Amino acid sequence: MSIRGKAYIAGAFEHPTRHAVDKSLVQLHAEVAKGALADAGLTKDDVDAYYCAGDAPGLGGLPMVDYLNLKVRHIDSTEIGGSSYVAHVGHAAAAIAAGKCKVALITLAGRPRAEGMATGTKPRTYGAGAPDVSFEFPFGPATASMYAMCAMRHMHEFGTTSEQLAWIKVAASHHAQHNENAVLRDVVTVEDVVNSPLVTDPLHRLDCCVISDGGGALVVVAPEIARDLKRDCVKVLGHGEAPKHLMAGHPDLTFSGARWSGPDAFAEAGVTPADIDYASIYDSFTITVLMTLEDLGFCAKGEGGKFVADGNLISGVGKLPFNTDGGGLCNNHPANRGGITKVIEAVRQLRGEAHPKVQVPDCQIALAHGTGGSLGARHGSATVILGRDDA
Amino acid sequence: MTEMNRKDYPAPEINPETETFWNATAEGKLLLKRCKACDKVYYYPRAICPHCLSDDTEWVAASGRGRIYSYTVLRKAPVPYALAYVTLEEGVTMMTNIVDCAFDDIALDKPVSVVFGDTGEGPALPLFTLA
Repeated sequence: MSIRGKAYIAGAFEHPTRHAVDKSLVQLHAEVAKGALADAGLTKDDVDAYYCAGDAPGLGGLPMVDYLNLKVRHIDSTEIGGSSYVAHVGHAAAAIAAGKCKVALITLAGRPRAEGMATGTKPRTYGAGAPDVSFEFPFGPATASMYAMCAMRHMHEFGTTSEQLAWIKVAASHHAQHNENAVLRDVVTVEDVVNSPLVTDPLHRLDCCVISDGGGALVVVAPEIARDLKRDCVKVLGHGEAPKHLMAGHPDLTFSGARWSGPDAFAEAGVTPADIDYASIYDSFTITVLMTLEDLGFCAKGEGGKFVADGNLISGVGKLPFNTDGGGLCNNHPANRGGITKVIEAVRQLRGEAHPKVQVPDCQIALAHGTGGSLGARHGSATVILGRDDA
Repeated sequence: MTEMNRKDYPAPEINPETETFWNATAEGKLLLKRCKACDKVYYYPRAICPHCLSDDTEWVAASGRGRIYSYTVLRKAPVPYALAYVTLEEGVTMMTNIVDCAFDDIALDKPVSVVFGDTGEGPALPLFTLA
């Protein structure tokens, strides 16, 4: 069984806030749910499946279905960090294809900025009982450092440079200048990035994503629901997901789980990287984008530095327009998890509703990829490929 | 060698599956787990082999020598430190810190050897310094 064409994204909503000191976490979840349902032209009572991940408080999805007073017959709280919501789209499409539900609501929300969280530079664990904790946490594996070690090894093996990584931030900033909600709207140069303070070698401050509050939601529906809606719906073409880990003491920090999730998604969609008009690539750090592009097959392994340089990711300039909302690097990284905003911008592009300055002409097929957790240790990778209805 | 660039080390949690490892670090020894069924060494230690799921596994002494697979210096920490992965001569790679040397002298593939870091009341931690 394939999910190709068996489900549609009918609603997508990104919360406009980036600093939510006056709102509760569950309130943000509810506001994005309301926004996505309104976008789809559906009501709360149409929802028969709910998806969330670890940013939702409490025991899986139970507190949120209670708070939103939903009556659902399918629930999924798959937790693979920031990649969760990309995986949720695939899971929802599979559940719809299997007849388990018809209208799936996916929400993400968080307020790390309001809470003053040092997201990337203060080592944290995800539960003391995890078997890795005693063998890693005492050494101080801050999130940014775990991505930095990947960048260091990638530079060592392939000659990737800080200037090449900087081009990813430069491209994101070119897009973010047009997004009135973006945290960072100033266009930056390669020199600005490499001259910003070192956070954790070789990553500079501007190699790192923003810390922001907010959230997003998606509504995935069955084809017969999509047909009856007035809203332009986006077809789910393919999905793949893969966790990657340390392989019993044999880590290879030069590639990500996208090496496995990507081919599954492309095969299911029946397309290749050359068919992708627009790509949302998870950008917790610049190195995340570079490695993911290689692993998804947009260029050969080790060639990512050359691929991203000279504006190749800038809409209207380069060959692969990416993260036209400004991405996590400039726009938004709500709950320290960027997966849902990746899907939302891909939906905007396919509907022709991205900002006119960054809209890809005749955008037919888009890809959204999430990377969750630690690129240098355990992470989830999830890829979805979406298309216009005739794609 | 003068101790330098060491952070404050929290004590690792010990459980019945791993207490032999931590008892050994207290004596200045680094142990690894080897599977007697498939003859593979792995890290971190587990009672069940992650290669073949055999429970016929044993503790073996590591040489304590290896090379730096990757590292980074967290400049934003209150006291900056060098987080690293070191690949041991036995073939497995472990997370650690590179200590007792200048950050500028650290480089990938450089040889390192184990030293042990104090955690106060807890067991010692395996750290590495340039060999």
